[in-house]
Amino acid sequence: MPTRRVDLLVVGGGPAGLAAAARASELGVRRVVLVDERRWLGGILPQCIHPGFGLHRYGRDMTGCELAEKLIDRVSSLDVDVYTEAHTVRMGYESYLSKTAEVLTPRGAFRFRAKTVVYAAGARERTCFEAGIVGSRPAGVYTAGEVQEMMDVWGILPGREAVVAGSGDVGLIVARRLTLEGVKVKAVVELMPYPGGLLRNVVQCLEDYQIPLLLSHVVLAVEGSKRVESVLVAEVDENLRAREETVKRIPCDLLVIAVGLIPRVELLAGAGAMIDPKTGGPVVNEFLETSLPGVFAAGNALVINDLVEHAMEQGELAAESAYRFIEDGGFRSASWKRVRVGDGLRFVVPQLLAGFRDVKLYLRASSPSENARLLIPELGKSVRLRSVRPAEMITLTLKAEDVLKAERLTVKLV
Amino acid sequence: MLDRVVVVGAGVVGLSIARVLSALEGLEVVVVEKEADVGWGASKANTGIIHSGYDDDPVKYPNRARLAVKGNRLWTTWAEQLSIPVDWCGSLVLARSSEDRRVLRELLARGIRNGVPALRILDGEEVRALEPMVSEDVVEALWSPTAGVLSPYEATVALAENCVENGVKILTETLVKGVRVKDGSVEGVETSRGFIGARWVVNAAGLYADEIARMAGVSDYTITPRRGEYLVFDKDAGPKPSRILFPTPTPVSKGVVVETTVAGNLMIGPNAVDLPRDAKEETYTTKEGLAYVWREASKLVKKLPGKREVIRVFSGLRPQPSGGDFIVRVLEEPEGFVEAAGMRSPGLAAAPAVALEILRLMRLNGLDHGFKKRWKAERRAGLRIMGLGWDMLEKTVSRNPSYGRVVCWCEGVTEGEVVDAIRRGAKTIDGVKFRTRAGMGRCQGAFCRLRIAAILARELGKPIWSITVKGTGSELGVGDVKSLLEGEDVAD
Ligand SMILES: Cc1cc2nc3c(=O)[nH]c(=O)nc-3n(C[C@H](O)[C@H](O)[C@H](O)COP(=O)(O)OP(=O)(O)OC[C@H]3O[C@@H](n4cnc5c(N)ncnc54)[C@H](O)[C@@H]3O)c2cc1C
Ligand SMILES: Cc1cc2nc3c(=O)[nH]c(=O)nc-3n(C[C@H](O)[C@H](O)[C@H](O)COP(=O)(O)OP(=O)(O)OC[C@H]3O[C@@H](n4cnc5c(N)ncnc54)[C@H](O)[C@@H]3O)c2cc1C
Repeated sequence: MPTRRVDLLVVGGGPAGLAAAARASELGVRRVVLVDERRWLGGILPQCIHPGFGLHRYGRDMTGCELAEKLIDRVSSLDVDVYTEAHTVRMGYESYLSKTAEVLTPRGAFRFRAKTVVYAAGARERTCFEAGIVGSRPAGVYTAGEVQEMMDVWGILPGREAVVAGSGDVGLIVARRLTLEGVKVKAVVELMPYPGGLLRNVVQCLEDYQIPLLLSHVVLAVEGSKRVESVLVAEVDENLRAREETVKRIPCDLLVIAVGLIPRVELLAGAGAMIDPKTGGPVVNEFLETSLPGVFAAGNALVINDLVEHAMEQGELAAESAYRFIEDGGFRSASWKRVRVGDGLRFVVPQLLAGFRDVKLYLRASSPSENARLLIPELGKSVRLRSVRPAEMITLTLKAEDVLKAERLTVKLV
Repeated sequence: MLDRVVVVGAGVVGLSIARVLSALEGLEVVVVEKEADVGWGASKANTGIIHSGYDDDPVKYPNRARLAVKGNRLWTTWAEQLSIPVDWCGSLVLARSSEDRRVLRELLARGIRNGVPALRILDGEEVRALEPMVSEDVVEALWSPTAGVLSPYEATVALAENCVENGVKILTETLVKGVRVKDGSVEGVETSRGFIGARWVVNAAGLYADEIARMAGVSDYTITPRRGEYLVFDKDAGPKPSRILFPTPTPVSKGVVVETTVAGNLMIGPNAVDLPRDAKEETYTTKEGLAYVWREASKLVKKLPGKREVIRVFSGLRPQPSGGDFIVRVLEEPEGFVEAAGMRSPGLAAAPAVALEILRLMRLNGLDHGFKKRWKAERRAGLRIMGLGWDMLEKTVSRNPSYGRVVCWCEGVTEGEVVDAIRRGAKTIDGVKFRTRAGMGRCQGAFCRLRIAAILARELGKPIWSITVKGTGSELGVGDVKSLLEGEDVAD
C-alpha cells in the first residue's frame, strides 16, 4: 500500500487548521497536506451565519461563512494539498521524525507518514446525557451546533416552541436564530447565577427579543415518548442542587443543549499524548507541541476558544513551530517549568514554559468579577483587569527572559 | 382455512418463533409489529446476557429454568448462523459476605439441577487473578463459563433478515387491535391496516401480551412493566471486565451488573423498579435510579471511571408476568391461540428454546407441516468498514467509494454501511443506528444525525425534515426553515 511522505500533516480544516496550513506553506514548508472529514472546509464556521467573526484581526465584522471563505481562498492560493471528506481514523507516533495517520476518503484509503503534525480537530458539544438530563429520549433534543447546522445547512426547522439549556454564547445565538424563524423560545436556562455568554450577546440575543433568561435554574428531565412534549426545570440552591419544591413543567417540542464544548482529542490520546484534565485538551509547551515530539495542537482541539482569532493564531504558531522542528530537527532540551494554575482560574495554556520565545498565555477565569488582578508572584507581575468573565478568554504575554529567570511560575486571579 | 400464522410482536421472542416456523413447508408466516422497526420493545434495551441458567428455581419457575439452559446452548449455533456479534466471556457472581457465600452454594446446587455445565466456585484470589478490577472485599465467586453477551438489537435485526429470506412477511407500524375468534377458534387479527386472516395467532407482544390475550378472551394473567436503567461509558473509559460481573442476587433481581458490551463499552445496570400495569411506554430514566445503579456497581469493582465518561443513559421495561414464570402454551380455547408471553429475564437467553418449544406444542395441537427442503439457516451481516484490515479496506473503497465516506466520526461508520442498512430495512435514524452503530458514540449523533437523515431522505425520496428518529410522530423537524413564517409580512 502506498504511503505518502509529507513534511506537515494538518488534521482538521477549521480556522485553526486552515491558518496553520497557510502559514506553514508561506514559511516554505514543502509538502503540506490538510485533511478534513467534512465535505467543505471551514470547520464549524460555515454553519455560523451570524456576525461576530474576525473584527479583531481584519477590522471588519464578518459572518462565519464570510470568514471561512477568506481563509479557504488563502489556502487555495498556496501550495497546500487539501483532502476533504477525509476522516483520520488513527494516528501513531512512529519515531521522532515520523508520525503516521490513516485517512479514509471516498477516493481511497491513504496512509501518511509525516515529519510533523498540526492537530486541529476542533471540539464536540456536550450532550444532554453529559448534562445529567434524565427522562425520555425522544426526537427534538439537539445540541446547539446541530440546530445551527439543521437550520442553516439543511434548511430544517427543528421545532415550534423551544427551551435552550445553557446561556453561553452558542446558546444565546441559537436562541436568537430560532426566534428569527418564528420559533417561540420559552426560556434560556442557566445553572449559574450569571449568564455564560458575553453581556453584549445577552442584550442582542435575548433582551431585544424578550426571551426569558432563567439564572440559577437547571433542566432536569425531558418528557414525551416520540417527540419532546415538555421539560422539567427547577431552581438550584447555592450548591447547584435542584430544589424539589421549585420544579415546573415547560411545554415545548424542542430542547436545545448548549452546555459546553469538549476538545476532540481521541486521536491524540490514542497516539499517546498526555491530556490536561483542566482543559480537556493536550498538555503543550510554548511551541504548542504536545508530549509527542513534532505533534502540535491548535484551536478548539487544544483549548475551547470563544474568539476565532485565538484559534487562528494558535494554528499559525503551531505552523511556525512545525517549520522550526523540520528545519532544526526538533527542539533543544531545556528545563521546562509547568505553569501552576492558582486561585480564580480554570486553566492556563500552554502548560509548559522554558523561555525559548515570548509566549502568549490563554487563561479562563472560574467566575465573573470586577476589578480583578492577574498575578504571577514569582515574576512580581500584576495586571489589572476591569472585568473578567468565564466566557471571555484572558490572554497575557510573557517575555522569554522573564520566563527564563523564574524558578517556578504560578498564575492566579484575585 | 388459510394456512397462515400471525405472530404478534417482532421482539426477539416473536422473531425466533417466526424463524423456526419459516422452516415449515406450506405455512405462511406474518409478523405484525406496531413500531416502525423490529426489536424496539424489551428486546433492544436490556443487558444482553445469554445467561447460563443457574438463576431460576426449577420448581417455582420450570419454564424459565429449563428454557434458559437450552436457549443458551442454542444461541451458540444461532449466533454463528446469523452472524450476531457475541462474546462467550462467562460470568462471575461475586460474594462479599458469608451470607453471599451461602447463596453461591445455593446457586451452584440449582445450576447442577438445571443442567448448567462447568460451574465452579472460585476463592477471592482466583477471582482477582481473572479480574484484577473486582473489589478487594470479594471473597468468592461463582464462575459460569457458558454465559455470554450479545448485541440484543443486532440479534433481532439478524433474526428479521433471516426470516425475510425464508419468506416471512414482517409488517411494521401495524398495530393489532383485536383477535377475531369464531366458534371457539381464532380467525385472524384486526390491525390498524386491516384484517389479517390466520389459523394460528402467536402472542409474543411483550409488555402488551396481557392485552392481546384479553382480545382473545384469555385473562388469567397480567403483565406489569419492571424498569431497568443503565449507564454506558465511553469506549476508551476503563478498566473493563473481561467477564460479566454480577452481585449475589436477591430474591427480587439478579442485581446491577458490570459488563463490557460486545462493542467494547463498559456498561452498568440495571435496577428493578415495578411500575403500574398501564405504564408500558415509560422507559424514563431517573436521577434516583441512576444513582442507585452507580452505588451498586461501585460495590463490585475497585473503581468506576469518572462520571464525565458516561456517554449515554437509557432504560428498558421487563414484561413481568403475574405468575412469575414464562407463559409458553397453546390454548384449547380459543383454538389456534398460542402464547409466548411474560418473557422477563432470561427471555433473551431463552428465546431460541422458546421458539422450539412453541413448535413442539403446535405440533401436538395439529400443526402438521413438514420441513422445507430449502431453508436458509445463514444470514450474512453487513460489511463493517472499521472491522476490515487496511488492505481489504483499500480494495473495498476502490470498488465502492461510498465505503470511504465516513458519516459517523465517533464510531467510524461510512455512507456505504448506512445505505446497506437502509436497503436491509432501516427507515429511521434509530433503525440505522441499531444496524450500524452510527450515533452510538460519544457525541450521541450530534455530528452525524443530519448526514444520515440526508441519506435516508435521498434513499426513501422524502424531504429531510420529515425523516423520523423512531417512526411517525418523531420527525426530525416540523418543516422547512421558513415554514412558520409563511404568510407573514416580513417586509416591515
Ligand atoms: C456555535 C459557535 C459560535 C461561535 N461564534 C463565534 C463568534 O461569533 N465569534 C468568534 O470569534 N468565535 C466564535 N466561535 C468560536 C470559534 O469559531 C471557534 O473557536 C473556532 O471555530 C474553532 O476552530 P477550530 O479550527 O479549532 O475547530 P473547528 O472549526 O471545529 O474545525 C475542526 C475541523 O476538524 C475536523 N476534524 C476533526 N477530527 C477530524 C478527523 N479525525 N479527521 C479529519 N478531520 C477532522 C472537523 O470536522 C472540523 O471541520 C463560535 C463557536 C461556536 C461553536
Ligand atoms: C432491563 C432489562 C434487562 C434484561 N436483561 C436480560 C438479560 O440480560 N438476559 C436475558 O436473557 N433477558 C434479559 N431481559 C429480558 C429480555 O429483554 C426479554 O425477555 C425479551 O427481550 C423479551 O422479548 P419479547 O419478544 O417477548 O418482547 P419485546 O421485545 O417487548 O417484543 C414485543 C413486541 O411486540 C410489539 N407489540 C406489542 N403490542 C403490539 C400490538 N398490539 N400490535 C403489534 N405489535 C405489538 C412491541 O412493540 C414489541 O416490539 C431484560 C429485560 C429488561 C427490560
